[in-house]
Amino acid sequence: MKTIADLKIGERAFVKAFRQVDLSLKLLEMGCLPGSEVMLDFIAPFGDPLGIQVNGYCLALRKDEAATVLVEDSI
Amino acid sequence: MKKTPTIALIGNPNSGKSSLFNQLTGLRQKVGNFPSVTIEKKSGTWLLDPKTESIVIDLPGLYSLYPKSLDERVVIDILANPAHENYPDVVVMVADASNLKRNLLLFTQVADLGLPVVLALNMLDVARDKHLQVNAVKLAMKLGVPVVRINARVGEGLDNLKQAVVQTLERPVITTLNQKYFFNPADQFPELINDVKRTNQLSNNYLALHYVQQHDIFSFLNTEKRVAFDQLIEKYDFKESGFQAAETMHRYAMIDGLVKDSVKAADDFLVKPLWTKRLDAILLHPFWGYAVFLMVLLTIFQAVFTLATYPMDLIDAGVSALNDWLKQQLPSGALTDLLTDGLIAGIGGVVIFIPQIAFLFFLVALLEESGYMARVMVIMDKLMRKFGLNGKSVVPLISGVACAVPAIMSARSIGNRKERLLTILVTPLMSCSARLPIFTILIALVVPATPVLGFFTLQGLTLMGLYLLGLVSALLSAWVIKGMVKNTERGYFVMEMPTYKTPRWYHVGLSVWDSVKSFVTEAGKIIVAISIILWVLASYGPGDTIARAEETVQKSNPALEGTTLDNAVAAYKLEHSYAGHFGKFIEPAIAPLGYDWKIGIALLASFAAREVFVGTMSTIYSIGSAADDDNGTIKARMRAEINPKTGEPMYTPALAFSLLIFYVFAMMCMSTIAVVYRETHGWKWPLIQLAYMTALAYGLAFVTYQLLK
Repeated sequence: MKTIADLKIGERAFVKAFRQVDLSLKLLEMGCLPGSEVMLDFIAPFGDPLGIQVNGYCLALRKDEAATVLVEDSI
Repeated sequence: MKKTPTIALIGNPNSGKSSLFNQLTGLRQKVGNFPSVTIEKKSGTWLLDPKTESIVIDLPGLYSLYPKSLDERVVIDILANPAHENYPDVVVMVADASNLKRNLLLFTQVADLGLPVVLALNMLDVARDKHLQVNAVKLAMKLGVPVVRINARVGEGLDNLKQAVVQTLERPVITTLNQKYFFNPADQFPELINDVKRTNQLSNNYLALHYVQQHDIFSFLNTEKRVAFDQLIEKYDFKESGFQAAETMHRYAMIDGLVKDSVKAADDFLVKPLWTKRLDAILLHPFWGYAVFLMVLLTIFQAVFTLATYPMDLIDAGVSALNDWLKQQLPSGALTDLLTDGLIAGIGGVVIFIPQIAFLFFLVALLEESGYMARVMVIMDKLMRKFGLNGKSVVPLISGVACAVPAIMSARSIGNRKERLLTILVTPLMSCSARLPIFTILIALVVPATPVLGFFTLQGLTLMGLYLLGLVSALLSAWVIKGMVKNTERGYFVMEMPTYKTPRWYHVGLSVWDSVKSFVTEAGKIIVAISIILWVLASYGPGDTIARAEETVQKSNPALEGTTLDNAVAAYKLEHSYAGHFGKFIEPAIAPLGYDWKIGIALLASFAAREVFVGTMSTIYSIGSAADDDNGTIKARMRAEINPKTGEPMYTPALAFSLLIFYVFAMMCMSTIAVVYRETHGWKWPLIQLAYMTALAYGLAFVTYQLLK
């Protein structure tokens, strides 16, 4: 399954589901909901953490955290 | 309206909540603690009308009422407890209009608790730049609460906000009247919610849900009650996480419908503002990102260690001038000595750190205000994780260069328990400003000021070496301790990256003012107390040995007279004082490090606060060298000190470096121990920290002395 960690810079996708309950609660509250469109904004030096644009702002998260968010190319 | 109504400010991080707080309260704010939890509480007063002064409380920023960090817990703890002394009469919810949906999530939760809310729409200019248009009137109708447009950075719209707050205080608007909720948990769990409402005398469904979800962290519930909730959860087969996720999604769906008419959205929601995009391209760059960060660090050090020395020298000169003047004006005697050598010298020792602390917190506040600090955390996270730390550990480590106490408190933003603990444990290894006077005086004694590469001096390089030693030891210690601490809970790095903003000088100034004020009051109390105790211990001794000092000295050395006699008497007095006995007692333990009993006194005295060391040396050598005060500075006195065994100067390079190394590692600070105790909720970690740092200090000072001897 494709996750946010697999996106390339500038690539867009739609959030589909979460693999990890606790983290999903945090991401949901921050507006990263199933069906939201996300775009990979930056990858920090050494490949980690990542920054995504979601819900109109930029969110930084670690690569292993990004890998818990499943995405798909269209809803 | 109440005589002194309480107004709580609540909002997401980066929503401008603290800016609004500063605008409303200015210098009428104070920092304290919330009762029963050790979380910093910022409150201040705001005049609503000539007769009504309200108390404004700045609650920690958060994204929802389900807390993710320790700081955030206090919010629900207050809002769920009408008996809490800080329970608000009205909540002002500050919302970032450029991120409206996410901000409204928290709004709907607070409104559902049945609290009267005024929504303050902030950052409308940022929203406009993103081609978002928000219609406040329509929004107010949809949400059912007053909505006010403000600009917290420049202070616009505050009169309208005041009007809305006063109106709400007089006629509270509560959206949950008639059981109308944005999200009603009773829709799915009617029996559970009714059960909780009945047994706890609650009238609000959503509050009842929070009792179920968060009873473990409510400070106002006893164990018996908590167990009862666990039984309820089992009885009704209630799934906490699943229900919380469902709640969040329900609210977002609801918000989507509510804002549809009042917000005109941009065509593309995922585009960064132009300047933020440009700056990020540089500041997150694999090479330039680190180059800029290094330059920023160098600038901070340069400011703290060179610019700050000018005001520090002035303070130093001022305090000694005051002391000399007082000594001339007042009749000589024990009380005058206590005032000058004890009290004023002690206060001077506190005041002298103010310029450094002010400079450092000025720069740290600048970095945070501008949005740059979040970028530093991102580029440092991967490196810091190798040592078991977190990108967010950078702030405590940098702040630790000024003072470990606020630095350790700033580690609260680290969500992962283990990473936060490691940060707390190693932060005191960063050389704080209290070590600086010890470093400078000892380096000046034994290291020549030889120029190196034209630009630096050998002394400067030695000083830098000591700071680097502190940093490297902090990282290595974290790496070693990493393997010994179990990771009990998962923490996240997940963090909003704010857009860049030009800092507001007023806010930066207030932040500096806060830090300096808390340093002076917190550290000041300890330092002054120790200075006085030490003066007493060094001036009095058991029995009548001190009173008969002159007689005794003259009997054994009848040839002495004049200044030499005075000196000998003074030295005899110190040796036979309580402090002298202490020093003699521990001398065998510290002799392998090269220290004598006089340094022993200073070590003991500085155990509670290392900044006392230089002051103590000054007290000891001035008490020990009679009234002849013309030989001036402490440095001169230390240089003149002779080792009675060798007849050579006492302060050899071996001794000085042994002391330097000792002070790089030693955990000599009561305030730090106290703050670690507070932050880790027990004695285990502060004691472990004290033990490992003392072991490092003793061991490495021993090795240094034996190698250089």
